[in-house]
Amino acid sequence: MTEITEVPSPFCGIGTDDLAIHIDGVSLKVTANGCAVNSPAFEQPITDTAPQINGQAVSLAAAVDKAAELLRNTQQPLIGGCATDVNGMRALLALADKSGAVVDNINFTAARRNLLAMQDSGWMNTTLAELKNRCDVLLVIGCDPEGFAPRFFERYLWNNDAMFLDNTGNREVIFLGKAPSGNASTSPTGKAASVFPCSDADLPDVVAVLSALIRKQPLHAQSVGGIAVSDLQAIADKLKAAQYGVVCWGAAALAYDHAELTVQAICNIVKDINLQGSRCSGFPLGGREGDQTANQVCGWTTGYPARVNFAKGYPEYDPFLFDSLAMLTNGEADALVWVQAFNINSKPPKTDLPTIVIGRSGMSFDKEPDVFIPVGTPGIDHPGHAYRLDNVVAIRLKKLRDSGLPSTAEVLHAIEQAL
Amino acid sequence: MLIKLTGGTVYDPASGIDGLQQDIFIQDGRIVEAPTDGRPVDKEYDLRGKVVMSGAIDMHTHIGGGKGNIARTLLPEDHRMDPVPRTQITRSGNGHAMPSTYVAGYRYAEMGYTACFEPAVLPINARQAHMEMGDTPIVDKGGYVMLGSDDFLLRMLTANKDQKAINDYVAWTLNAAKGIGIKVVNAGGINAFKFNQRKLDLDEKNSHYDVTPRQILQTLARAVKELGITHPLHVHGCNLGVPGNVDTTLNTIQGVEGLPMHLTHIQFHSYGTEGDFKFSSGAAQIAEAINNNKNITADVGQILFGQTVTASGDNMRQHANHRFASPNKWVCMDIECDAGCGVVPFKYRDQNFVNALQWAIGLEIFLLVEDPWRIFLTTDHPNGAPFTSYPHLIRLLMDRSFRNDMLATIHPEAQKMTTLASIDREYTFNEIAIMTRAGAARIIGLKDRGALSAGNFADITVYTENADRQAMFTKPDYVFKDGELVVQDGQVVKVTWGTTHIVKPDYDLSIEKDLKPYFDKYLTMKLGNFKISDDEISEDGRGSLTAHPLRGAA
Repeated sequence: MTEITEVPSPFCGIGTDDLAIHIDGVSLKVTANGCAVNSPAFEQPITDTAPQINGQAVSLAAAVDKAAELLRNTQQPLIGGCATDVNGMRALLALADKSGAVVDNINFTAARRNLLAMQDSGWMNTTLAELKNRCDVLLVIGCDPEGFAPRFFERYLWNNDAMFLDNTGNREVIFLGKAPSGNASTSPTGKAASVFPCSDADLPDVVAVLSALIRKQPLHAQSVGGIAVSDLQAIADKLKAAQYGVVCWGAAALAYDHAELTVQAICNIVKDINLQGSRCSGFPLGGREGDQTANQVCGWTTGYPARVNFAKGYPEYDPFLFDSLAMLTNGEADALVWVQAFNINSKPPKTDLPTIVIGRSGMSFDKEPDVFIPVGTPGIDHPGHAYRLDNVVAIRLKKLRDSGLPSTAEVLHAIEQAL
Repeated sequence: MLIKLTGGTVYDPASGIDGLQQDIFIQDGRIVEAPTDGRPVDKEYDLRGKVVMSGAIDMHTHIGGGKGNIARTLLPEDHRMDPVPRTQITRSGNGHAMPSTYVAGYRYAEMGYTACFEPAVLPINARQAHMEMGDTPIVDKGGYVMLGSDDFLLRMLTANKDQKAINDYVAWTLNAAKGIGIKVVNAGGINAFKFNQRKLDLDEKNSHYDVTPRQILQTLARAVKELGITHPLHVHGCNLGVPGNVDTTLNTIQGVEGLPMHLTHIQFHSYGTEGDFKFSSGAAQIAEAINNNKNITADVGQILFGQTVTASGDNMRQHANHRFASPNKWVCMDIECDAGCGVVPFKYRDQNFVNALQWAIGLEIFLLVEDPWRIFLTTDHPNGAPFTSYPHLIRLLMDRSFRNDMLATIHPEAQKMTTLASIDREYTFNEIAIMTRAGAARIIGLKDRGALSAGNFADITVYTENADRQAMFTKPDYVFKDGELVVQDGQVVKVTWGTTHIVKPDYDLSIEKDLKPYFDKYLTMKLGNFKISDDEISEDGRGSLTAHPLRGAA
């Protein structure tokens, strides 16, 4: 039995790296600084270690050969999931390049709301350490940070010491839209967040009014989405008066059509405040289990974020056409590779197409895929790199145990070589 | 395998050879003396009539790191115009302003370049820089690690920590982030922007720390010198792009008190305020200052007309310049109490007065600085223009009539504001070889690169002489990387993986006694998880590290 400390997590997205983990053979137990996201993800037991063809155990070489055979004469394979570490994504993109596949990250449709806004007008954003040391006013729009990452507030708002704040407990936290799911946003001194709830359907209007108030546009309305305009005016005033205001949103939580316009409005609020002479930054909340890693590695390898098609022999980007679920539904694909090294509950979409799953050991299926190769988890079974949600910091993942499971990169590289 | 390059006209300024017909022998990746033991030549290339130089070295090019990936993501329309299909040996990708990493490596090699240095490695983003450079084939690479707006350094300066402690911190950071030099970007300005300062002059204080850019530059330049780091402090000055910044730049040169200092993309820092448009060339003054101060080196950061994207750590200035964004979209980030970045697409236009004069100012600086060992050919890729425009730039420098033809096409008021037409100088092959090879290797501190004498690594580029210098430098006949033929007739024929060049200055480990509680209290990562280990570079089986000697060492 050994204990490893300062363990970084690829699961929560916020780069938690103070976990202590007891290791007993291949069993892991988080003994310090766990949370509802990280602890189960680390402690998930290994089940299958043998690759399978149609549910029957085979050698890794046989599974790799079968996968290559299934991909060999395809016209439009899909590689979905794309939830792995940097080296896994590197190998995934090499395989996609060779096989002419679509690469589509599992959460791209949510990330698209941010990317469309970013690629249309840009943004001004910040990262976790700036939040931790500078932010005196945090406006959370339409999302639930503690539901996303349980230790978000503890680590980055209620830290004891901040370089540029006398008392972190005096930070002002404001929720607009969704109310928080718990009490993590209440400061250790008991200061609770202000909450201005509205339905998701009203968020576009509420954000538009806030935007107008920031720009000092005259408004006739007295309330919007059940929120008094005077309350929104007070929020606008607080953001402008802040030493370092931060506006947080979560693309995944904005689950309505054309939510990219809400994201764009939020980003423009931040820009406007900066143009008016105060500092303010945006903070997109999103990107766990390899989402940012997929977009980053795909970004430097192809020039585009992780929804690209290599069918023409070079990468093409289309955030709508290359939606792998839509392509499956429309009969536009002829094979599916599902790559998910982090989460056993994230299973491939239902399809009759030949299916190859490169999945975390422990994954089970309603219908056995043609090929299932259980792989190790980055940060548990092998070292690796994973991006945090703020997209700047790549954390170095540690190997915690000897499970003998291959890495995603090893398996995908072997399939690529066998093609 | 013994390779013989027979009868080429060799330009090897590091050995004092200026256009001499010579044979070159290659064995085991290195250049060797002509064999005297009669062992047979395995492969011979007849280079009679051809020009032979060592592989070119780009000492300042943004090829790896987060801001580059933001630039890529921001501009899908720019990639769509330049798709690069996969081949039997090369990966697919996309090109133009900020190409994908594979395409960047291939295109550099196809232009005869064999090493590239990323000049803005944020310590907290260094992993990404190394991972991107790790996916950049063929060329060697390395990075300059950014300091100067990080809160730890500014806290040290406010606390009047002694130079020795600063040196330890600088050396610790350089080791942790695996760089070959130290860069400072708008000294203290990126930090000041976080406190809502929108400009910061050389002697203006950071409102929180009470520290000036001049202090930061002096302290870091001294640290670099005392640690024995060969590459001088690599300085992106204050007031980038601001009319009148020529005075800031001249003050910066004087202010460093004779310490070695490299002023990067100096074109963007050489602007006066004369004329009807209150924008004029400060090139003559800057060139004079460089000529008179032997401690100063510079690269130009030439702009060339067309669409590009600017990606900089200087978010203070990038935010101010966002109103020129074309297309109108831009990104600024504050980053991890470490630094920041700003990404602003630009379209430089020859019929825009300011852009036209920027073009002329860059060329004036190239032509007025007398010592080619102290001026370097860059466009600050992609900020002034994509690196793929280097052959065009070389033609502008080597061909006065071509240059004057181009000059005649730019904004007429800009033509009146430049002395370019009166400058007769044309760069020679030898001077180009100094600026892009021997001088670059020397200023970066690369041992056994940038030269063609026996013992050097066999990074060699062979051109067919052509009066059209642009055509000549666009498509080398052969490029050898570490002795292997990687490019023939301007096409990649073999994909290899270059090394990562670093330095490892010594430091007192007790600096971690101060750093550890700082990381624990204020940063978001444990100290131990911050430091990049050697195996992170090499574990993919392609990467490697090459540590270079410090000054004074053997």
